[in-house]
Amino acid sequence: MRNTRSRAVRLGVLVTAAVMVLSACGGGSIEEQTEANEEAAGEAGGECGDLNMAVNPWVGYEASAYVVGTVAQDQLGCTVNYKELKEDVSWQGFGTGEVDVVIEDWGHPDLEKKFFAEEGDGTAEDFGPQGNVGIIGWFVPPWLAEEHPDILEWENLNKYASEFATSESGGKGQFLGADPSYVQFDEAIVSNLDLDFKVVFSGSEAASIEAFRKAEENKEWVIGYWYEPQYFNAEVPMQRVALPPYEEGCQDDPQEVACDYPETELKKIVGTEWAASDSTAVDLVRNFTWTNEDQNVVAGYIAEDGMSPEDAAAKWIEENQDTVDTWLG
Amino acid sequence: MTATIARSSTPQPVEPGAPPPVEEHTSISRWIPATVILAAWIVVWYFTNGTQTLSLPGTSRTDLHDRLTEFQNDLLAGRDTNPLMQFTNAIADALRSLFEWIQKLVVVPSFPRPVPEIGWLGVTTLATYVALVVASWRIALLVLASFLSFGVLGFWEDSLDLLVITGISVVLAVVIGIPLAVLIGTSRRASSIVTPFLDFMQTMPTFVYLLPIVLFFGIGPSAAVVSTLIYALPPIIRIAGFGIREVSSTTVEATDSAGQTYWQRLVKVQLPMARKTIIVGLNQTTLAALSMATLAAFVNGPGLGKPVLAGLRINDVGTAFVPGALIVVMAVMLDRTTTAASERAEKVARGGGGDPRVRRGLIIGGGVATLVAVYLSRTYVSLAEFPEYSIGDRVASGVSDGIDWFTDTFGGATEWIKDVITNEFLNRTQALLADSPWWLAFAAIAALAFVFGGVRALVSTIVCLAGIWYFDLWHDAMITLNMTLVATVLVMVLALVFGVWMARDRRVDLGIRPLLDAGQTIPPFVYLIPVLALFGPSRFTAIVAGIVYAAPAAIKLVADGVKGVSPTTIEAGRSTGQTTWQEITKVQLPMAKGSLVLATNQGLLYVLAMTVIGGLVGAGALGYDVVYGFARSEAWGKGLAAGITIVLLGVMLDRITRAAADVRRDDGPGSRRAFNLRLPIGPPSN
Repeated sequence: MRNTRSRAVRLGVLVTAAVMVLSACGGGSIEEQTEANEEAAGEAGGECGDLNMAVNPWVGYEASAYVVGTVAQDQLGCTVNYKELKEDVSWQGFGTGEVDVVIEDWGHPDLEKKFFAEEGDGTAEDFGPQGNVGIIGWFVPPWLAEEHPDILEWENLNKYASEFATSESGGKGQFLGADPSYVQFDEAIVSNLDLDFKVVFSGSEAASIEAFRKAEENKEWVIGYWYEPQYFNAEVPMQRVALPPYEEGCQDDPQEVACDYPETELKKIVGTEWAASDSTAVDLVRNFTWTNEDQNVVAGYIAEDGMSPEDAAAKWIEENQDTVDTWLG
Repeated sequence: MTATIARSSTPQPVEPGAPPPVEEHTSISRWIPATVILAAWIVVWYFTNGTQTLSLPGTSRTDLHDRLTEFQNDLLAGRDTNPLMQFTNAIADALRSLFEWIQKLVVVPSFPRPVPEIGWLGVTTLATYVALVVASWRIALLVLASFLSFGVLGFWEDSLDLLVITGISVVLAVVIGIPLAVLIGTSRRASSIVTPFLDFMQTMPTFVYLLPIVLFFGIGPSAAVVSTLIYALPPIIRIAGFGIREVSSTTVEATDSAGQTYWQRLVKVQLPMARKTIIVGLNQTTLAALSMATLAAFVNGPGLGKPVLAGLRINDVGTAFVPGALIVVMAVMLDRTTTAASERAEKVARGGGGDPRVRRGLIIGGGVATLVAVYLSRTYVSLAEFPEYSIGDRVASGVSDGIDWFTDTFGGATEWIKDVITNEFLNRTQALLADSPWWLAFAAIAALAFVFGGVRALVSTIVCLAGIWYFDLWHDAMITLNMTLVATVLVMVLALVFGVWMARDRRVDLGIRPLLDAGQTIPPFVYLIPVLALFGPSRFTAIVAGIVYAAPAAIKLVADGVKGVSPTTIEAGRSTGQTTWQEITKVQLPMAKGSLVLATNQGLLYVLAMTVIGGLVGAGALGYDVVYGFARSEAWGKGLAAGITIVLLGVMLDRITRAAADVRRDDGPGSRRAFNLRLPIGPPSN
């Protein structure tokens, strides 16, 4: 009995001693900081409060979200909560106050109908363009555009269809469709333009990027749905194939589409309640605009250089404080 | 030791005392009518193929799908007035507050403190101490090492968030699950009512119910807890219910004769005697909960799933690998701890468990040390915030480089394998299944079900096929069915090769098992990226992902089955001078036939459970439909229809293989049925 107790005591002493030694080198008392925090909280009026920023799952979006979030946090003193969500889920969050801002919206007529004031429950509102222009279309890797320049016209696609055939495409050429989140009419376009292609859905942005990267490296034949702004285009400058030009109304009936995608002005969507609040971040989000190049730079920091989104945003902000100042008004 | 995590999603070994395998002659004769049906199918197909296939383009919907979508829209429109939603919102608020309270206790700064109430040193010591009290020294060391690895690899906060979410979910699962387990354990009728719901909860792809959960419970921790709960609740109900039912009837009768009430019988006899099984159920539920980590991250659920998804977003396997590996570490830690705790509970119940005085010393000494550690972590910043290390980043870039090298080097060869298997195998069977007119495939599948499983399988099959037809995704369902069948054939090839090898050589077994455990526990999102790099977006990529997930379970089952073959039988064969090949093919495999069928059943269901993951990497069909429904609100109904179709396919395949395995023992009790045939149908991350 004595033996065991002394063992336990010895253990306790040992641990205590070890911990004391450890703590000695890693200074700083929590008590002091707590007091400092309490004082600071007493002084600050808490003008900005919480900013709930949805982060939709593609790197370009992440870049926009973290740049605005970092400015709000560092220069306005907001508490920024990043919420990683798909678009549809984000929009549902406006009504419950779980989401305040969707910073990069590629056009969701269906969601607008549900959540904008005119037709839906009015929990969301359009906060204007965010400066980026979304270009959607059919793209091929650069090596292909260089060796067969005529491929960049849709009329010539059938000539090469057999080259695009894969084990997935059942004898026809394979067209690589995209992540299901994106607006896409490729099946209709293929059939309405009488193209000898079959749409195979990549299922995710990651899958498309892998396919394009491999195709450029090994000079494989690939054609697929792709878009800008997109950091990957800096690594592999994908080339756009011209389809019959977009005209107003040519995409109204999804089954009848036979034209190219329009350029999309990406915009900001915010919660109505938040927009009416006195948070200082409201003006920041309202004023925020930047360019495709800006976004690609930050997205590249994240995806190519492996920086955390916070660090990437901070780096860009430091280099572009004058732009940031225009947002702060 | 190796068997423990195996139990996570795999079944127990077939016990040696199990009834003998079905006699050989009954099954051989089945192949003759099956061949006839197949031949007739091919003949009719030859004349009709390509007609009435009911194919629906990837982005089209039918009226039925739109009606289902409308249902969700109505819910959404009425969310401010719907009393049910106000109730669920209140629950969600409670869950969120609970989570945030615990979070401030151990993870995030508890304002105005710059750090949590209890810093990393306190948390780690507490966890170690708990492991010491409920289990043993060894387990305590394991827990200590695991917690330190969370911090050293740079994911301290995400790891603790995941532990908290898992903890809340498991506690709720116990609170809800145990009464239900008692119910199904004591009433056969209750059991037959509850079981289909449990099947449904485990086979329904998570993506399908994530949106309604968001609707009812919001996003973030409460959505994470609820979706985790749906997936993790069935194991504890099933296994604990089974344990209660299996309490020997003589014991119950003997104590009944003493005049006990229902409650006395339950609390004094049934629950204590089923304790060990209940803890097995708890263990299974814990691991199932953990496997939801990545999926919960889709609705902003806190935890290690977030960095895994971030890795997928930037196509970097290294980034996803480290948090993925930590999920495995956490699974091993929880699994070993609950297992050791159950063994200890057993020992203590029998009056063992070591010298009580030594133990008291340990508990007091450890308690004091823990208090000291907690105090220190409340006082010094360095003991409250985990110091930063760059080891995690180095591991990540090492893994990325390794995988890059691998895909660059073997990319050509893998492309060739993909093309051969796709063209020579997958496309041909798909042409038969999916390009047949729907009535032909319907009739042929039903006929095959009858041949292999008899009338009961026929009835289930017809009901399921009719349901699949009703939900307007017949063509996609057939493509998915085909991928599932092809993947299962490949799984069984692997299972036979590795299973027999493991059974015949103990060292191989010891070497391979940890790999199998990891294959089952690591989130599929981690290995999707390298598999994509090797095979590109295609059905074959999805098949490979399915195989990685399903093969471990099948291999273990085959290995355990072959090992269970009685040594005397083998000796008898050897004395007649048969070769090793003869011994395997003539004795071991036929004798282990029950396990082989079981492995096929599990292989089918595990592969099917990966359908949605397949949809993310170019497999199309039902997986894509589910992902599409989750991503675009106007297509939610189609996603739901696809989810239900997957469930129907699963039920159909399960019923046919179970009936084929053994018609006579279908209703019999026994651990095989409870643990193996019905258990985790779901994947870690679907």
